[in-house]
Amino acid sequence: MNIKVNNKEMIVPEGSSLSQLSQTLNLPEKGVAIAVNNQMIPRQNWLDKKLAENDQIVVIKAACGG
Amino acid sequence: MIERYNRHIILPEIGEEGQRRLSEAKVLLVGVGGLGSAVSLYLTAAGIGRLGLIDDDVVSESNLQRQVLYTEAEIGLPKVECAAKRLHALNRYVHIDVYPMRLTEENAADLMARYDIVADGSDNFETRHLISKVSSKLGKPYVYGAIREFDGQVSVFNLPGGKKYQDLFPEEETHSMPRPPKGVFGVLPGMVGCAEATEVIKLITHCGESLSGKLWTIDLLTMQSHTLLV
Repeated sequence: MNIKVNNKEMIVPEGSSLSQLSQTLNLPEKGVAIAVNNQMIPRQNWLDKKLAENDQIVVIKAACGG
Repeated sequence: MIERYNRHIILPEIGEEGQRRLSEAKVLLVGVGGLGSAVSLYLTAAGIGRLGLIDDDVVSESNLQRQVLYTEAEIGLPKVECAAKRLHALNRYVHIDVYPMRLTEENAADLMARYDIVADGSDNFETRHLISKVSSKLGKPYVYGAIREFDGQVSVFNLPGGKKYQDLFPEEETHSMPRPPKGVFGVLPGMVGCAEATEVIKLITHCGESLSGKLWTIDLLTMQSHTLLV
């Protein structure tokens, strides 16, 4: 199915979870936050969060500069 | 005074009442680097009543690429002193308090208790967790901003029904992650600091919708921006 990650098109297997997507994207285990359709999903819910066709994913890196 | 703030006063969302609120407001700014340069300049220009500046650093050459408060002649001088001088020259009616120190577990509650709002100009996760912990305990809004390379983010924490910094980035996660890269696109802290000043002024004047419960993000490489529900 088609999804968008930071506005770029991507194809993932039907029924993929958010945690599978984070592995596919090689995201680090710490220091990133993910929003699905504008809603941030806490890391502990990534396993249960199933993705759907046309989902808009935004990956945010933890930032600490000032 | 009415003339000075005319372009704010004629905005129906701000008006004389909003300008009066600004003149009575007290804001503590933790860190006067890149973010702090923009936050302090715009809050001072807007005629905030009192602005506290905390920073124990001195101006260095590599600051000048983005920390627009400072000049070449000030390299080696304490940032809070230089900032206070520059801000006073911009608006002598704003009371500037200088604290040439770091925010610590020991002084945080005492310093924050003197102000209505805490604004973020800090440059590390530990200080942000400290700001969050103490400001939420005191019930003070925390206007958060942070930058990394080309990416910036802003939010407002601790408002009733809102979120806290640790809801977004838990302490156990930021403590053990690799340190983010130090590179920063020079314009970025200006843009993000301006977004923080926007949120501070909106909170004080009760205008618009705040970023409470939301995270605003910007990527300057693509100019993509999101407002995400936390």
